[in-house]
Amino acid sequence: MNNAASSLADVSKQRATQKSPGSAPMGTGLEARGVHAWFGSHLALEDVSLDFAAGTVTALIGPSGCGKSTFIRTINRMHEFIPTAAMAGEVLLDGKDVYAPGTDVTKIRLQIGMVFQKPNPFPSMTIGENVLSGIKLAQLKVDNKEELLEECLVRAGLWNEVKDRLGAHAGGLSGGQQQRLCIARSLAVQPKVLLMDEPCSALDPGSTLRIEETISELSKSMTIIIVTHNMQQAARVSDYTAFFLSEGGPGRMIEVGPTTEIFTRPRDIKTENYVSGRFG
Amino acid sequence: MYKIQHMTLLENKSADIPAPRVITTKPRVSDKIFRGVVTSFGMSALLILTLIGIFLAYRGVQTFHSQGWSFLTSYNWDKTVDENGNSVSSFGVGAMLIGTVLISIVALIVGVPLSIAMALFLTFYAPARLKTILVSVVDLMAAFPSVLFGLWGFFVLMPMANYWAKLIYKYLHWIPIFDAPEPFFERSPFIAGLVLAIMIIPIVTSVSREVFAQTPLDRIQAAYALGATKWGVIKAVVFPFGSSGVVGGAMLGLGRAFGETVAVYTVLNIVFAPNWHVLFGAGGNIASLIILKWGEASGDETTALLAAGFILFVMTLLVNMFANFIVRQTLKSGK
Repeated sequence: MNNAASSLADVSKQRATQKSPGSAPMGTGLEARGVHAWFGSHLALEDVSLDFAAGTVTALIGPSGCGKSTFIRTINRMHEFIPTAAMAGEVLLDGKDVYAPGTDVTKIRLQIGMVFQKPNPFPSMTIGENVLSGIKLAQLKVDNKEELLEECLVRAGLWNEVKDRLGAHAGGLSGGQQQRLCIARSLAVQPKVLLMDEPCSALDPGSTLRIEETISELSKSMTIIIVTHNMQQAARVSDYTAFFLSEGGPGRMIEVGPTTEIFTRPRDIKTENYVSGRFG
Repeated sequence: MYKIQHMTLLENKSADIPAPRVITTKPRVSDKIFRGVVTSFGMSALLILTLIGIFLAYRGVQTFHSQGWSFLTSYNWDKTVDENGNSVSSFGVGAMLIGTVLISIVALIVGVPLSIAMALFLTFYAPARLKTILVSVVDLMAAFPSVLFGLWGFFVLMPMANYWAKLIYKYLHWIPIFDAPEPFFERSPFIAGLVLAIMIIPIVTSVSREVFAQTPLDRIQAAYALGATKWGVIKAVVFPFGSSGVVGGAMLGLGRAFGETVAVYTVLNIVFAPNWHVLFGAGGNIASLIILKWGEASGDETTALLAAGFILFVMTLLVNMFANFIVRQTLKSGK
C-alpha cells in the first residue's frame, strides 16, 4: 500500500463511520441483477450485480471505457436511447423490475433522477422554471411551488446565490452553479435514487467541493450512485465503492465493498493497482 | 517625486509596446486564380438578383409615373385608347395584392402545422428505413412541376375542397372572412391556398427537420431523465430550440407562396375586383396576373406587367429580410 492510497483511506474512513449499510429506513431498495449491456453486437458490460442500500452513496470507479456510465444508464433506462443498444438482466426498484413489460418508463425516471457530466440546464427557461421543469414535464401537482423551488435550491446549495434572480435565464450562471441547478431540478420531482454521471468532471475544484457538500447533504434522504474518475472524490463522498474494469473485453465489476476497504485492503490485486495509481 | 517617477515609468512602458504587425501572406498564382474564379461566381448570385431588380424597376418606372399610388390601390386592369390614339389605360394590382395575401395566409395556416408535424415525425418517430424513404419523397415534392399540382388541385382537390368550403360557410359565415357575396365556392383563394400549402410543405419540412435534428442531445436527455414523455421533450426542448428555424422555414415557404404562378393560375378564378372573402371564387395573385396578361400584352400594358413584377420582387425581398430579422432576434434572446 503506498502513501496515496492510504491517505485516501483516511478520508474515507471518516465517512464510513457515519453510516452503516441500510441504516436509513427510507424503504427504497435498488438492485441490479446480472446486468449485461450491448451496443449493437459489442458487449460493453458483463454480468454486473450490485445492491444499493437506501440512503447510501455508492461510487463507481474505474478507467475510461469500463462500463460505469453504461451501467448507471441501464438503471434509469437511459441506455435504450442509443440506437442498437440492448441489455439483459434485471434492475429492481422496490423489488419491481424496471424493465418489466408494460412499465411506464417516465414513472421510473421520476423515481430515479439523473445528473449528467456536462451541466445541461434548459437555456430557454429561467432559473426558477428550470427547477420546476420536471413538475411541468411530468404534469405533477404541487401545492406550493414557491416552497418547493426554495427547498430544492437550498438542498442543492444554490439558494443563496440565485434567490434574487430566479427570473433570470439559466445560461448566465457559472458552470458549477449550472450543475447545482441541474441537481436542484432533479430533486424537484422527489426521486428516491439519484444517479450522477461524473458530475464534477467539467467543473473547477471550488465548484467540485460545493457539489460534494451537496452530495453529502442529499445522502441523508436518498440513495446516490456516482460515477467518478476522481478517486479522492470517491473516497470523500461515498460509503461504498465498486471498481469496474475492462481488460480488452466487456467491462466487469471487479469488486465492491465499503469505501474504506476498497481503498485500504482491496481483495483484488487489480483494484489495488488502480486505487494506488499504478494504472488507469 | 514618486508620482513623477511613476509617470515616466508608464510613458516608457507605452513607448516600448510595439504597434501590432500587419500579418500578410503571399498566395501562389494558382491560388489567386482560383480565388478570383470562386469570388466572381460567388458574387454572380448577388449581381443577377440586382440586375433583375434594376431591370424591372427601369422598365416599370413609366407605369409608376402614369398610375402613381393607384397602381397599388386600384382594382382595374383596363387597356384603353381614346379617339386620338392616346393611351388612357388604368392599371392597378390592388386586387392581386389582396389575393396574394389571402392565398398565402391560407397556405401558411394549413401548410406550416402539417410541415412541423411531418418534421417531428421524421426526426423523432419514424423508423430509420421509413425515414429515408419519406425524406426523399418530400424532396421530390419540392422538385415536382407546379403545373401538375395545379391540375391535380383543379380536378381532384377542388371538388372536395368545395364541400369543405360549403361547410365552413354554413357554420362560420358570420365571421366576415368566411362570408361570401354569392354561394360560388369553386376556384376560390381558399382552394388555391390549399394547393399552395401542399407546395410549401417540402421547404418548410426540410428546414424544420434540419433544425429539430440539431437539438442538443444533452438537453433532450435532461428532459427524458426528468420523466418527460416524448411530447414533453418536444415541447420543453425541441420547440424552444427550433422555433426560429421553423419561422425561417415558414418565411421561405411564404416567399414561394408569393411567387407561385402556374398552380394558382390553374386553380384560381382571376378577377379584377377586391375580394376579402376567402371562400368566394374570385381572386388572383401578382404572378398569375403576369402570366394571364403576358401573351396579349403590348405597349403600356407590358410596362405595367413589368411594374407588377417589380412589386413582387420587392415583396419577396421584404419577406426574406423579415425572416432573417426574426431568426436573428430569436437567436439573440438566448434560445
